[in-house]
Amino acid sequence: MKMSKFFAWLAIAVGVTYFFVPLLGTFEFSLRMRRGEYSLDAYGSVFSDIQFQQTFGFSILMALFTIAFGMLLVVPTAYWVRLRLPQMRPFVEFVTLMPLVIPAIVIVFGYLRLYNSSSYIPFTGSVLGTNILLVMSYITLSLPYMYRSVDTAMRTIDVRTLTEAAEILGAKWPTILFKCIFPNVMSGVLSGAFITFAIVIGEFTMAALLNRPAFGPYLQLVGANKAYEPSALAIIAFAITWLSMGLIQLVSRFGKLTQSRP
Amino acid sequence: MSTASPLIDRRTIIDWLGIAPFMIFALMFLIVPTLYLVTGAFFTPDGKLTLQNIADLFTPTIMSAYWISIKVSLASSIGGALIGFALAWAIVLGGLPSWIRNGLLTFSGVASNFAGVPLAFAFIATLGRTGLVTVFLRDWFGFNLYSTGFNLLSFFGLTITYMFFQIPLMVLILTPALDGLKKEWREASEILGASTWQYWRMVGLPILWPSLLGTSLLLFANAFGAIATAYALTGASLNIVPILLYAQIRGDVLHNPNLGYALALGMIVITGLSNILYIWLRMRAERWQK
Repeated sequence: MKMSKFFAWLAIAVGVTYFFVPLLGTFEFSLRMRRGEYSLDAYGSVFSDIQFQQTFGFSILMALFTIAFGMLLVVPTAYWVRLRLPQMRPFVEFVTLMPLVIPAIVIVFGYLRLYNSSSYIPFTGSVLGTNILLVMSYITLSLPYMYRSVDTAMRTIDVRTLTEAAEILGAKWPTILFKCIFPNVMSGVLSGAFITFAIVIGEFTMAALLNRPAFGPYLQLVGANKAYEPSALAIIAFAITWLSMGLIQLVSRFGKLTQSRP
Repeated sequence: MSTASPLIDRRTIIDWLGIAPFMIFALMFLIVPTLYLVTGAFFTPDGKLTLQNIADLFTPTIMSAYWISIKVSLASSIGGALIGFALAWAIVLGGLPSWIRNGLLTFSGVASNFAGVPLAFAFIATLGRTGLVTVFLRDWFGFNLYSTGFNLLSFFGLTITYMFFQIPLMVLILTPALDGLKKEWREASEILGASTWQYWRMVGLPILWPSLLGTSLLLFANAFGAIATAYALTGASLNIVPILLYAQIRGDVLHNPNLGYALALGMIVITGLSNILYIWLRMRAERWQK
């Protein structure tokens, strides 16, 4: 018994070392910009860079569009499949998991060939079209996470009874969807939204190949040209990921609290 | 009775219309683009059916790209699986205080999503030529890491970097599986006189191996398709499949667009196979989790 406890602590020690040394190294490196002393100069340099502000703003905007349109696609679909087409569930679930199987770079390669400016649907022919295509690619990437979190939340409510009750009270479809279903799966919607945000904000492949001025390609550019700023950016990116995951935990805890109410 | 059937039909139509937006989306942005590449791999640029593109994959440059990719993915998934298993075992069965379990699981959620370009930066700042660990070893122990032939921009460096998101993923998936090992099984084997080693060899691991192997396959596919970290770490200098494909999309470096499709097809086949095996093993694993 003592032996196993020793090995358990050993495993944790190895894990903690492996995970914390790079974070520590990055943080320490990000403070080294001023010669001979630690300073926050690298962070100052990052935040005052106009390109940082622009690309970060652009990626936030793309993330918000991805979340809004993704949820408008995923929630009604998950609802409808549970209510009317339970026989289609395995198929829909399979489709939502496909983005985990097909690498992002392959998907965007397909877009570039299929929707180029000389095709029937020339998405990449204009800036607006390319932005739309970027949002669609992000929805595709986050589909597995969004669908699963919404579907899990929907499992805990009785979709059929809610719908029938609303119908008896004379509610139309939009009312049922937006006033009954959405609020009841809010915890799933929010945790799906935060994980989508974490994925989209620093995404590189799609944005780089679609030539959009997003945060991911900017990160890569800074990494190739500067010394200390990349570390500062890595710390910022880690903080954003941490924040998103923290919010998911908060939301799911809150969701459990509201469910346990009689 | 005959008047009822059109009504049922209308209802069926409405039922199917309900998931039409999803179907259209999936077709437009997932299925058709992929099929376009897959079919393109079997045609020449002027539209004739051919197997030449597939045959051309077996040229030395492309083969070596696949080989390095497979090696990196294999090494990082096996390494990730072993360390991840050790960590999951420690928090579930190691008798550690519960705050360690909660802390590790939360951290794993974050770290498994911390990939891409920033991850490359973190490892450059740590194990690069002026990184924290490199400098520390040099100044305190007089040990020059880079004189041993180590290079972060190599197979080994990429493997170590990938493990940063592989290990947490393993911990997240394996912890529930280890939770599912019933105490009664352990007690029963102990009463029958089994040693710890015998318990693991004859009870624990046979139950866990589908989860273990399945998750390793998931990690393999995960690493195989990743590009951002590798690209930010090594630029275009490391010849792995995603980077080759990236260069091909950017500027037709293979001088044959349809060979690019074949390259993509190869990636889909490899990640697809490992995922199918994963799903199959997952179904086997779930037998014991009822």
